[in-house]
Amino acid sequence: MATILEIEDLAVHFPINIGTVRAVEGVDLQLEQGEVMGLVGESGCGKSTLGFSILRLLRPPGKIVRGRILYHGQDIVRMKEEEILALRGSRIAMIFQDPLTSLNPLFRIDEQFIEALKTHEKGLDRRTAFNRAERMLESLGISPERLLEYPHQMSGGMRQRIMIGMGLILNPDFLIADEPTTSLDVIVEAQFLDLLNDLRKQFNLTILLITHNLGNVAQLADRITVMYGGTIAETGPARSIFEDPLHPYTQGLLSSIPNIKLDKPKLITMPGSPPDLVNPPPGCVFHPRCPHAMEICGRQKPDFLQKDSRLVACWLHR
Amino acid sequence: MRLTTPAEAMARALYRFTGMGRRYGVEWWILVAGGLLVLAIVCMALFSGVIAPFSPYDQNTGPQLAPPGGKHLMGTDNLQRDVWSRFVHGSQTILRVAVLAAIISSLVGIILGLVSGFSGGVLDRVLSLIMDSVYSFPGLILAIAFAAMLGPGVINITLSVAVIYIPTYFRLVRGQTLSIKEELYVEAARAIGASGSTILWQYIFPNVIATTVVVFTLNVADAIMIEAALTYLGLGLPPDIVDWGMDLAMGKRFLPAGHWWLITFPGAMISLLALGFTMLGEGLAEILNPRLLER
Amino acid sequence: MGTLSRYVITRVLLTIPMVFILLSIVFVVLRIMPGDPVSSLLGGHAPESVIEQKKEELGLNRPMAVQYLDYLWHVCRLDLGDSMVFKQRVTKAIKEKLPATIELTTFGMIITILFGVFMGAYAADKRRSPQDNIIRLYGIVIFCIPVYWLGLMFQLIFGVWLDILPIAGRTGPRVFPSTFSKTGFYILDTILIGDFSALQDVLIHLILPSFTLGMVLSGIFVRLTRANMLDVLRADYILAAEARGIKHRVIVYKHALKNAFIPVLTMFGLQFALLMAGAVLTESTFSWPGMGRLLLERIYLRDYPTLQGVIVVFALFVATVSLIVDIIYAIIDPRVRY
Repeated sequence: MATILEIEDLAVHFPINIGTVRAVEGVDLQLEQGEVMGLVGESGCGKSTLGFSILRLLRPPGKIVRGRILYHGQDIVRMKEEEILALRGSRIAMIFQDPLTSLNPLFRIDEQFIEALKTHEKGLDRRTAFNRAERMLESLGISPERLLEYPHQMSGGMRQRIMIGMGLILNPDFLIADEPTTSLDVIVEAQFLDLLNDLRKQFNLTILLITHNLGNVAQLADRITVMYGGTIAETGPARSIFEDPLHPYTQGLLSSIPNIKLDKPKLITMPGSPPDLVNPPPGCVFHPRCPHAMEICGRQKPDFLQKDSRLVACWLHR
Repeated sequence: MRLTTPAEAMARALYRFTGMGRRYGVEWWILVAGGLLVLAIVCMALFSGVIAPFSPYDQNTGPQLAPPGGKHLMGTDNLQRDVWSRFVHGSQTILRVAVLAAIISSLVGIILGLVSGFSGGVLDRVLSLIMDSVYSFPGLILAIAFAAMLGPGVINITLSVAVIYIPTYFRLVRGQTLSIKEELYVEAARAIGASGSTILWQYIFPNVIATTVVVFTLNVADAIMIEAALTYLGLGLPPDIVDWGMDLAMGKRFLPAGHWWLITFPGAMISLLALGFTMLGEGLAEILNPRLLER
Repeated sequence: MGTLSRYVITRVLLTIPMVFILLSIVFVVLRIMPGDPVSSLLGGHAPESVIEQKKEELGLNRPMAVQYLDYLWHVCRLDLGDSMVFKQRVTKAIKEKLPATIELTTFGMIITILFGVFMGAYAADKRRSPQDNIIRLYGIVIFCIPVYWLGLMFQLIFGVWLDILPIAGRTGPRVFPSTFSKTGFYILDTILIGDFSALQDVLIHLILPSFTLGMVLSGIFVRLTRANMLDVLRADYILAAEARGIKHRVIVYKHALKNAFIPVLTMFGLQFALLMAGAVLTESTFSWPGMGRLLLERIYLRDYPTLQGVIVVFALFVATVSLIVDIIYAIIDPRVRY
């Protein structure tokens, strides 16, 4: 299997009036073609920022300050404006959290599809574009008459499927999904994940699923990457991560999932609070909250240590 | 009390002054600029006798239609009057009319708004409908009608200008009254037996005042424009009163001959005065309602 | 589209009480004047009997209530009476002057929107840059400039000093409107006749007045558009559109602007009143033979029926435009209808 995306030492900073927020600080990641990578972590860990960086959709003042993002060998960070525009939507697509606000309320659904198509395929005529939109809707299980409607006339689940449709209409090979189920109710969420799975197989998609919901990831992901404080804590096959979490943060994360079968008097939480990204703690960014912190953890940032097919940034596994 | 020298006191005041500027950003400076502008013109109005070298009515100050220069900072007009002197004295009229008109309309509008919002019912609906209709109508045209009907005179023009702003205050105050009326602390007051008028004056009125101040400032800016427009059209004031709008109307006859100083200065001044009040009002609005909007 | 028609009908019905009140206000205002219109018309020394007779003729000595109802009845039938000064039906006088004002205000509107909306969008796009600050300053300052003064300065600069544009009237000295004027809309008339040099003349005469009128009002639109655009540009659907590789200019001026424009449109309905007020002043400054000039002339002549007629027409205009704007709003924004 080929490596479709390779992120090398990516750092994304947001210079604001009180200092510089180091949202992503030295991240390495690889994605193989056709796999689903779950990118998990709590709010503010940098996972969404990472997702946005891939398509260079960072809102100012955010900036990529170092690193490379190699897509099929080409560095996205150094691409010119036209190249990135050509890439977006047609080779790499992104879908977002809230489908209601992600669709322009004033344009009909078919117009939005047709515009996306015509932007990347100049000279495409309306009729053909319309037909392709129709077929896409059908494959998503939506009746094509919906094309003539406006976003507010649809239900949340349907809108999210439209969003996927617009993402996939140009046959990209890579889809970034940023918290796609957060605004959906549980039943719709389950349907959505099934749909994503089917589409993945149908189109041989690589999916980067960014979420804080471990349940989604358990269902869909082949591999999981856990992020904390702008860096990667560990990465590896989904099953291994769940069965045998190596990083103390991952362990804390998994044990804090409420489980009705366990007979515990209190919910388990992790002590402390998320790190200050303007002045991150020295050494390992998690060490102030880590129950196994050692002296070296406060001094030096851990390198990635390989253990079977897994990578973990923790001195414990030296 | 600590004994300080005047210099120290001034330095400390200046520090706090610029501190406020840093805290509130550009809006503070807009307010200050507006305030200074207004202050300058008010001083000009108050001390016209001292500042102006000639009487604005003196028809013998120099050559006819002389361009700015020499004794005449802004030249002379067709009746050999010194334009600068007329300019300085003109500030009195416009300020007087605009401020007075704003005061009258605010008083009437606020009282009607309070009463209407508070009592509700038929009175409220009828008054609201009337006010909305007047509000939607071009103010200037209504003012023209009033001024034309009432005839020239300072009182008359003041009334003509005042009338068109009553709905503005009415709507503002009524809206606020309606929402405050529903607030919990008013319910609480009522529960302990506070009478209607107590609620009106002690609870609703003070909350309403803050927004009204901003509206008042902007209202004066608007009233200045309307007053000048009315006098430019020849309505509202007798020809013997010194006024910028009227001077513009008189001066425009000499425009084709290229005598630009007759119209440039009065018009610029109207703009600056209106601008001063506008900046004052806008600055106040930003500061009194701190918004989390990052500009 | 059933909901649209329903909305339109409701909205039209709501306009009626408002028009009614405006008409009543006009009636009241024109009768509050101290003094007697008839005696000033006939000169100060006319004998009592003549004054009384004239009053009888004009129906001015009937009780107020009767006059009021009579007035309403006539307005409903679009009969605005006769001029007190000239031997002329008021409606005829208005019909002659109305097209000029409509041409002026239409072009003024176009300038306002072009300047205001596009400058506002541009400023929002280039936020915090020097261009943005200049445009914001423009937005505040331009409204404080009296429209007639701007007109006079334009006349001075372009008409007197540079001498490239005319400063008065709708047509020049070598064009005779009576030869082509059918509808009163000179642009239409000259096109219908095919007289393109006359068309050119008419258009050139429109330039200064409409720019004057349009620019002063653009300030509000600049600020409103900019503020709305700033909000819209932060929306998720803009991000989603960017993610589809749509060009930046298309995103700002198509996706964002259409959304930002809607509240601006409602504001436009409110600003129309200002547009008309501005038209009166502009017409006076540029000797433009429209309703504004008519109003002012007849004030000097104390021709109350014509005055009343003109103000009534203004009132009806305001109500109509407000109605149309609301309907257009419902057409553009489908959420309003459903």
